[in-house]
Amino acid sequence: MANKHARISDPKTYLFDKPQNVKRLLRGFYAICGLLVALELVVHRHTYHDWENVPAFYALYGFMGCVVLVLVAKWMRTFLMRAEDYYDRDELGEACGRDDSRLNDSRLNDSREEAQ
Amino acid sequence: MMWMPELPPFVPFFIGALFALLTRGPLRAVILLAIPLLGGLQLWFLPEGTQLHYSLVGLDLTLFRADKLSLLFGYIFHIAAFITIVYSLHVRDTLQQVTGMLYAGSAIGAVFAGDLLSLFFFWELLAISSVFLILARRSERAYQAGMRYLLIQILSGVLLLAGSVFYFREHGTLAFEFIGLEGVAGWLILIAFGIKCAFPMLHTWLTDAYPEATPTGTVFLSAFTTKVAVYALARGYPGTELLVYIGVTMACFPIFYAVIENDLRRVLAYSMINQIGFMVVGIGIGSALALNGAVSHAFNDILFKGLLFMSMGAVLHMTGKINGSELGGLYKTMPKTTILCIVGAASISAFPLFSGFVSKSMVMSAALEEGYDWVWLALLFSAAGVFHHAGIKIPYFAFFAHDSGIRTCEPPNNMLIAMSLSALLCIAIGIYPWALYAILPYDAGYNPYDATHVLTQTQLLFFSAAAFVWLNLRGYYPPELPSVNLDADWLYRRLAKRVIGTAFAQLWRIDSAVRGWFVSRVNKLLAFIAHHEPNGILSKSYLSGSMVLWATLMLSSYLIFSFF
Repeated sequence: MANKHARISDPKTYLFDKPQNVKRLLRGFYAICGLLVALELVVHRHTYHDWENVPAFYALYGFMGCVVLVLVAKWMRTFLMRAEDYYDRDELGEACGRDDSRLNDSRLNDSREEAQ
Repeated sequence: MMWMPELPPFVPFFIGALFALLTRGPLRAVILLAIPLLGGLQLWFLPEGTQLHYSLVGLDLTLFRADKLSLLFGYIFHIAAFITIVYSLHVRDTLQQVTGMLYAGSAIGAVFAGDLLSLFFFWELLAISSVFLILARRSERAYQAGMRYLLIQILSGVLLLAGSVFYFREHGTLAFEFIGLEGVAGWLILIAFGIKCAFPMLHTWLTDAYPEATPTGTVFLSAFTTKVAVYALARGYPGTELLVYIGVTMACFPIFYAVIENDLRRVLAYSMINQIGFMVVGIGIGSALALNGAVSHAFNDILFKGLLFMSMGAVLHMTGKINGSELGGLYKTMPKTTILCIVGAASISAFPLFSGFVSKSMVMSAALEEGYDWVWLALLFSAAGVFHHAGIKIPYFAFFAHDSGIRTCEPPNNMLIAMSLSALLCIAIGIYPWALYAILPYDAGYNPYDATHVLTQTQLLFFSAAAFVWLNLRGYYPPELPSVNLDADWLYRRLAKRVIGTAFAQLWRIDSAVRGWFVSRVNKLLAFIAHHEPNGILSKSYLSGSMVLWATLMLSSYLIFSFF
């Protein structure tokens, strides 16, 4: 298993290793975003609800919604986040003392599955 | 196509499980693959309205009922079983292969069950067979999570049984038709369904156990249990308004957790609750369009959520890691998996030409039509959020983001084939949804591809992505951190444990004090009686002659009494 994901220094350069490719991707993305809003002037949007009459309603709502989502989720971390072994200390506490190998053996099993 | 006798469709799966137990190697693989294929064909040619009755202790029960609703779930369960079996062909673990077949068979049995007692039977079988897919990970964590999972699932079954008993007393029949919220039975059965459907606060078994199962086991799990519950709700509670609000809660709260969760399969588990939320809203609204939306979204969800779980399973299988904080840059060595994952991500996000687009919008349109404005707005928010956590976060943190330095290779071919099958179906349904619409239970005449819908949905998604890009570039995006986030399972994994622990500690203290006191009293008594001292009761010496005298006296008094 170990040789499979060895952290060797990989001399090869991949698609997004070049900053200009990332830049190109982002530029294309911004262009599409702009185009989508512009299309609203051409395509007649038939609406079912008053809110939809706000110009670029879906674009604004999607953007705002996601920013709020991420910021609220980030704030939730302040009171919900615990250490990774928060439950394990209680639940696997005895197991640790009894048999250390059982704790991190799920990875072994995953590789065992494959080896066979 | 009547070369097979009329057999309830779960039977081949149970027989297949038996054969899987007895065979090995390629023969087992052939049998496992043949069963969902042949079973699916048989089901496809089965006339609608077929029923199979049997009688048990004087009750008329329906083991098999084929109508449009149950057939739709029957078809997709066969497809899902086939794809998942292909995905797990490399696994050499009899336990998983046997229980996987049993599990798929139980799910199929459950959706075709025409009465509550048969449903209960398959309901419990679902729980018992599926827990082995978690235990098969063979780690202490998986064992603990599996036991919690089993306990909650069995509880759901017990509630269903109790509800069925009440239902029989109230209605005099066990036929599984519309139930509704009247009487004790209605509520008990709703809670039973709600547990399996991952209602808010009852959802933690899902986010707790699914990420602990084996890479292939999670794919099995994601297809069946919750979708059986969605089917059961669609059958028993269509148009129950309470479900609209439960569903909208389910659609909204998990996306917050998904954003900060580190284990990518747990992110998908949260996202699963979010998708089921859309279905529950559809069932709650109860119009033809909404119900069609709910069940077709269940159909599509099995495919794209399965695809996402498969791609993450492939990552776990190849790298042994699944935490976002440890992954990244895998596109370099797993390009095929990356593309397949992106297809799944586009489908769940409901991009035009992908499957989510043609079903999710039915529920949203129905919400607007029936005047649930705020519900619609919340669903729109959660639709944007889905794209954010499932559509971008999953592929981004696994395959792109910062380079973790991991260099692996593509997963085994069978995994790639299974993922490709799912991806093809996701795209096919997205491009030509009318094939799916033709097998929906109601006639709603819906067309997803009008210019407005395509434009607005694309705007919504692209600007959600823009939010991700902006937050990332500004450094506001929360980094993936190795952590645990508290959820409702804290109540029983920590609080209840602590409360009960303290209570018992107190109880034992009182107990030992009481016993100590009692023992000391007994000791004192014994000392009083037995301690050797000149005037103690037991330390006097008696003449043996006096004993003989007393014995004679006693015996003679017996003799005298016997004369009377």
